[in-house]
Amino acid sequence: MGKPSPKRDGFRPAASWEVLRLRAGLFRQIREFFDRRGFLEVETPLLSADTVVDRHLDPFLVETNTARSAATDGSSPRWLQTSPEFAMKRLLAAGGEAIYQITKAFRQGEFGPLHNPEFTIVEWYRVGDDMASGIGLLGELAVELLQCPPPQVATYRQVFLEHLSLDPLTADAAELERAARTRLTSVPESFAADDRDGWLDLLLSECIQPRLGRDRPVVICDYPASQAALAMIRPTDPPVAARFELFAQGLELANGYLELLDAEVLRDRIKSANAWRLRDGKQALPETNRLLAAMEAGLPRCVGVALGLDRVVMLRAGESDIRRVMAFPFDIA
Amino acid sequence: MATYNTSEFRKGIKVQLDGEPYLMIECNFVKPGKGQALYKCRLKNLIRNTVLDRTYKSGDSIEAADVEEIQTQFLYRQGDQFVFMDNSSYEQYELSQDQVDEAWKYLKESMVCAMVLFNGQPISVAPPNHVVLRVEYCEPGARGNTATNVTKPCKVETGAEMSVPAFVEIGDLIKVDTRTGEYIERVKE
Repeated sequence: MGKPSPKRDGFRPAASWEVLRLRAGLFRQIREFFDRRGFLEVETPLLSADTVVDRHLDPFLVETNTARSAATDGSSPRWLQTSPEFAMKRLLAAGGEAIYQITKAFRQGEFGPLHNPEFTIVEWYRVGDDMASGIGLLGELAVELLQCPPPQVATYRQVFLEHLSLDPLTADAAELERAARTRLTSVPESFAADDRDGWLDLLLSECIQPRLGRDRPVVICDYPASQAALAMIRPTDPPVAARFELFAQGLELANGYLELLDAEVLRDRIKSANAWRLRDGKQALPETNRLLAAMEAGLPRCVGVALGLDRVVMLRAGESDIRRVMAFPFDIA
Repeated sequence: MATYNTSEFRKGIKVQLDGEPYLMIECNFVKPGKGQALYKCRLKNLIRNTVLDRTYKSGDSIEAADVEEIQTQFLYRQGDQFVFMDNSSYEQYELSQDQVDEAWKYLKESMVCAMVLFNGQPISVAPPNHVVLRVEYCEPGARGNTATNVTKPCKVETGAEMSVPAFVEIGDLIKVDTRTGEYIERVKE
């Protein structure tokens, strides 16, 4: 045995065997959890011609060898999936009822103590669910995986009122900006005055989220309609998105929707997300995809949720850096 | 004009804010799953050593600072001016007492010092981590007292005052850590 040297030891994993065993145990627990409830485990492509169009998600583009793939209708470039959402909904429109998978997702530029550009998602869909049963199922899984009491449920509006005495659904951009400037030592100078959602994100992630889920996890629901992403909008006054998120120990763990079913609305949202992307100096993403066809054929009413598995491992292992819960994080991959 | 985009932000880059150079000493990536990515940075002013917290959003950029470190030799002191020479270009730089800061206590002729230039102008200078200085004056020590925890003030050849163990005598050479200003040991010629 020689002396340890950084160069010679550069092949070693960032996570301990203890953490890797904990990870493997969680995989087993998740499969048992969904098997017991009659879910079918599915697999969907990581490389797809389609990609989710979100203002703040940047997919990796993979060039294809056109000479070889033209014959198989593979001449268009492929996107590494930022989540398996589109393909899983195609399965639902084709007769899937309760499906889940544990898969990799890829997001460009996301690297930090809570982010790795390649990470592991647990994603599931169940036809027939509504907000309450969808949140209920997420709560049951959280209790099993985190060994915690059942999550408390609060609306987006309630947490803003409680922590900031501010109504996030009615406050205008100027009020949100004032709230951010009085509470934070620094706000990005490039934030546009009219970027309501930008100010809401800043307030949520800087002023509220660190205090969420300290004693027990919390599910936040009824997001502003402008942040619906792929969720239905509920025609309340003001309207809210049928979207929910799970937080524990200040960490964002899961995101779920009562899924949007209307293809026309999805087309509009994709266009509007692309308009923001162009405004933000980013590239527009494809506006056509096979999910639109699936929705036109008929996507049944369902709830879908994605859970970030690496962060669950972090909480279980007591690690504060995501690098320490994966064998080979991005910088040593 | 060179800039750093948020995707290039990392510890150790040197940037320019309001005309002053800063060292990025921390950079924390924060992003809600479906929301705006933020970079929470801690920046140290390389002239005044003050620390500043700034938050940026993805796509922002900061001007890069033209900061370089050169090896110089201390030539001489003239009143409040300290004169150094670049070891490779032989160019001379005059620094004020303010710019030299605590380093004046350790500067001896021909000592090699690292100097930081911002836009070609000196902003700070650092002596070697350990320097040897001659004691010019101190009260006589209690003979036989070799304890290092009993200290007394002394004045060294550069005019600076520092604290040394009681057994140190006038004319002794002492080794000092310039980062802490602390006495390390007595050395022979």
